[in-house]
Amino acid sequence: MARSTSTPGIVAGRLPAAAYEQNFADLHPPYTAHEAAVAADRCYFCHDAPCVAACPTAIDIPLFVRQIATGTPRAAAKTIFDRNILGGMCARACPTETLCEQACVREAAEGQPVEIGRLQRFATDALMARGGHPYERSAPTGRRIAVVGAGPAGLACAHRLALKGHAVTLFDARARAGGLNEFGIASYKTVDDFAAREVDWLLGVGGIAVELGRRLGAELELDRLTRDFDAVFLGIGLSGVNALGTAGEAAENVRDAVDFIAELRQTRDLSTLPVGRRVVVIGGGMTAIDAAVQARLLGAEEVALVYRGGRDRMSASAFEQDLATSKGVRIVTNARPVRLVADGAVREVEFVRTEDRPDGFADTGETFRLPADQVFKAIGQRLDAAPDGLALAGGKIRTREGGRTSRPGVWAGGDCVADGDDLVVTAVAQGRDAAEDIHASLTR
Amino acid sequence: MPTLANDFLGIRSPNPFWLASGPPTDKEYNVRRGFEAGWGGAVWKTLAEAGPPLVNVSGPRYGAVWGADRRLLGLNNIELITDRPLELNLREIKAVKRDYPDRAVVVSLMVPCEEEAWKRILRHVEETGADGVELNFGCPHGMNERGMGSAVGQVPEYVEMVTRWVRAATRMPVIVKLTPNVADVRRAARAARAGGADAVSLINTLNSITSVDLDTFSPEPSIDGKGSHGGYAGPAIKPVGLHMVAEIARDPETAHLPLSGIGGIATWRDAAEYIALGCGNVQVCTAAMTYGFRIVEEMVAGLTLWMEDKGFERLSDFQGRAARNVTDWEHLNLNYVAKARIDQQLCIKCGRCYAACEDTSHQSIAIRDGRVFEVIDAECVACNLCVVVCPVEDCITMEPLPVGVVDSRTGKVVEPYANWTTHAHNPAARPQRGPAS
Repeated sequence: MARSTSTPGIVAGRLPAAAYEQNFADLHPPYTAHEAAVAADRCYFCHDAPCVAACPTAIDIPLFVRQIATGTPRAAAKTIFDRNILGGMCARACPTETLCEQACVREAAEGQPVEIGRLQRFATDALMARGGHPYERSAPTGRRIAVVGAGPAGLACAHRLALKGHAVTLFDARARAGGLNEFGIASYKTVDDFAAREVDWLLGVGGIAVELGRRLGAELELDRLTRDFDAVFLGIGLSGVNALGTAGEAAENVRDAVDFIAELRQTRDLSTLPVGRRVVVIGGGMTAIDAAVQARLLGAEEVALVYRGGRDRMSASAFEQDLATSKGVRIVTNARPVRLVADGAVREVEFVRTEDRPDGFADTGETFRLPADQVFKAIGQRLDAAPDGLALAGGKIRTREGGRTSRPGVWAGGDCVADGDDLVVTAVAQGRDAAEDIHASLTR
Repeated sequence: MPTLANDFLGIRSPNPFWLASGPPTDKEYNVRRGFEAGWGGAVWKTLAEAGPPLVNVSGPRYGAVWGADRRLLGLNNIELITDRPLELNLREIKAVKRDYPDRAVVVSLMVPCEEEAWKRILRHVEETGADGVELNFGCPHGMNERGMGSAVGQVPEYVEMVTRWVRAATRMPVIVKLTPNVADVRRAARAARAGGADAVSLINTLNSITSVDLDTFSPEPSIDGKGSHGGYAGPAIKPVGLHMVAEIARDPETAHLPLSGIGGIATWRDAAEYIALGCGNVQVCTAAMTYGFRIVEEMVAGLTLWMEDKGFERLSDFQGRAARNVTDWEHLNLNYVAKARIDQQLCIKCGRCYAACEDTSHQSIAIRDGRVFEVIDAECVACNLCVVVCPVEDCITMEPLPVGVVDSRTGKVVEPYANWTTHAHNPAARPQRGPAS
């Protein structure tokens, strides 16, 4: 019998073959030239524009939108890349509804912002489609810099350093560069292997040697790096995943949402990727949404996303919550898992109802169970093994202005630092700014 | 319920909206569609004398200037007058007038500057039963190179001479269509009146090149890599048309000369403005070419509603009301003091007012915490630039200061009316007198 959404257990191929392509197609398809012209016309070219202030990388949005409107999308792309070399990915992955587009004055005026993210994609796609690389490196400085972690922070840092003429070695623990761009972001936000193509394009600047399969704390040691290189930048992300700490967590088919998402991103034929019939996702952030939505898109019959507080306390934006419900995910709020019921493999999750309190959540005592043959945990990540000798804050690397850590010669940025915020765009800004600070300190 | 019924030189039409002479009125098919859509009249596209038909280019005739969202703001054309045989046009005019007796059918004419040529064509037109003629002394491209169109309209003596020939040769009402490509449109209007014209219509199109192709370096519209200036029309030229109409309306020599307003009329509001400046009716071309004939429904409904709101029964109730308010700069009230006011409820905090004022004007807008934009009265000269650049209508307004209060910019008390003619700084100041009215 053919498999379907209601086939019990964790199986692959729940959907007709054609459905996968449709389900995982571009969430926001690229603008046509006409659509871009119409959208760009709506920008008011604000003074000291609120959208720029809302962008962690401070892209000059009014300028690049005007450049699109005047028929020079490649000049627009240069405006974007000057501030954010990963402007292509940010155009796809940024929660623009809580950043630039929320700040757009036309959101205030009409509830309909200029679609900055899609315009940014139009511009960056136009330039990247030309091939080649838009920047030229400065003359070699003879300085060597180690960048650990080839995610958004590391890539932005490496590129900026290479531009300045430094020789960069970019290390990453995984077999592919890109970090969360390659392994973390929902598939329908970065179709056609964009993350990998963007890395290749970025490396086109030259001066960056990539070494994969090199993990800090295993194949790499910070002491050694600081001896061998003139400066070290750590953009190592958060490799640890928080545990639920509830009974039954070790049951079969209970896994970290980030692993599921990474596996999905690395699977070429999604009809071969197994998924449960009844999936429960625990968490309220972007990772939880991405796991829940993609589980549905793979053909899970029922997907419940369960969060301990109310909707307004979820870190996933309203747009993302709506996306999830529109894909058939049931969002259950004010419930905390207390027990995973298993017979080897998980069968049910027992929750206790909670109430929002000003300082957190309180159990009400009322419990209920959701059937589950697959559970994804998405209640946050942490820095697993902090490198020796680095001061931490809140379990993450403490940095000062310019990304300097407590250790001389070592900079850090991205999710691994205390003032990171789980956004690609913030990681890019921190990597870029650290590169500027490294450059300044080496050329002083 | 107000009536839009129009009587222009004795030519009656159910409303004052006529299709202007141009591509929309080139042939029977179009004019019938226009009348079915509700247009009050049509000025048939300019006829030439009998003989081999004119030849148009077979490449782009139109160039354009677009605004946001590709709204057509300006249209230019290098099309000539009709390129169809005279006989055919005359036959069609007759058929249309026969079938639409309640609509105005006026025929635009352009023949060489010879009296006999004009007499010949007028005889033909009279046989069609048309309501009147419009002399095309305005077309600025192509025909002017052959001594017609604006080549006539730019020389008042020629305007008067040809008008006189026509006046003597026909009993039909004679409208003279004027070109704006002159230094002072009043001279042509006076000449038309002197020649016996019943009315003038204005404006015809403006000499223009809409753009330059940056690949081929050809002006647009481009014919095989070359371009010739075309006649500019559409919303962009409305201000020129309003000004020229007003100049003729307030010129003592032509004050009672009936006017047919043309130039960038696209809505009922544009039409009302032309009529308020003294026009007896209006003619529309580019807006119809942009949106099709159905726009007349909006024009009829909008003008009717506005008149009803204002208590006007007929067009003559407000015709010319604004003309009396057009004056020379020297009669403007120099004691009138206004200040910009920003409605914080409507403000969307784009800051365009600030950028414009700070960079290019009087540094009269302050940014307070939270992007609150406030006018600094002590600096504001009420130039209106902030109003002009604000994307939200009525968010910024100009509020006059009452007489007697102190203007914080000058430190002076606002005084009653006084103008330049009596101003202390005017070396030629005359003894004080009241406002011109």
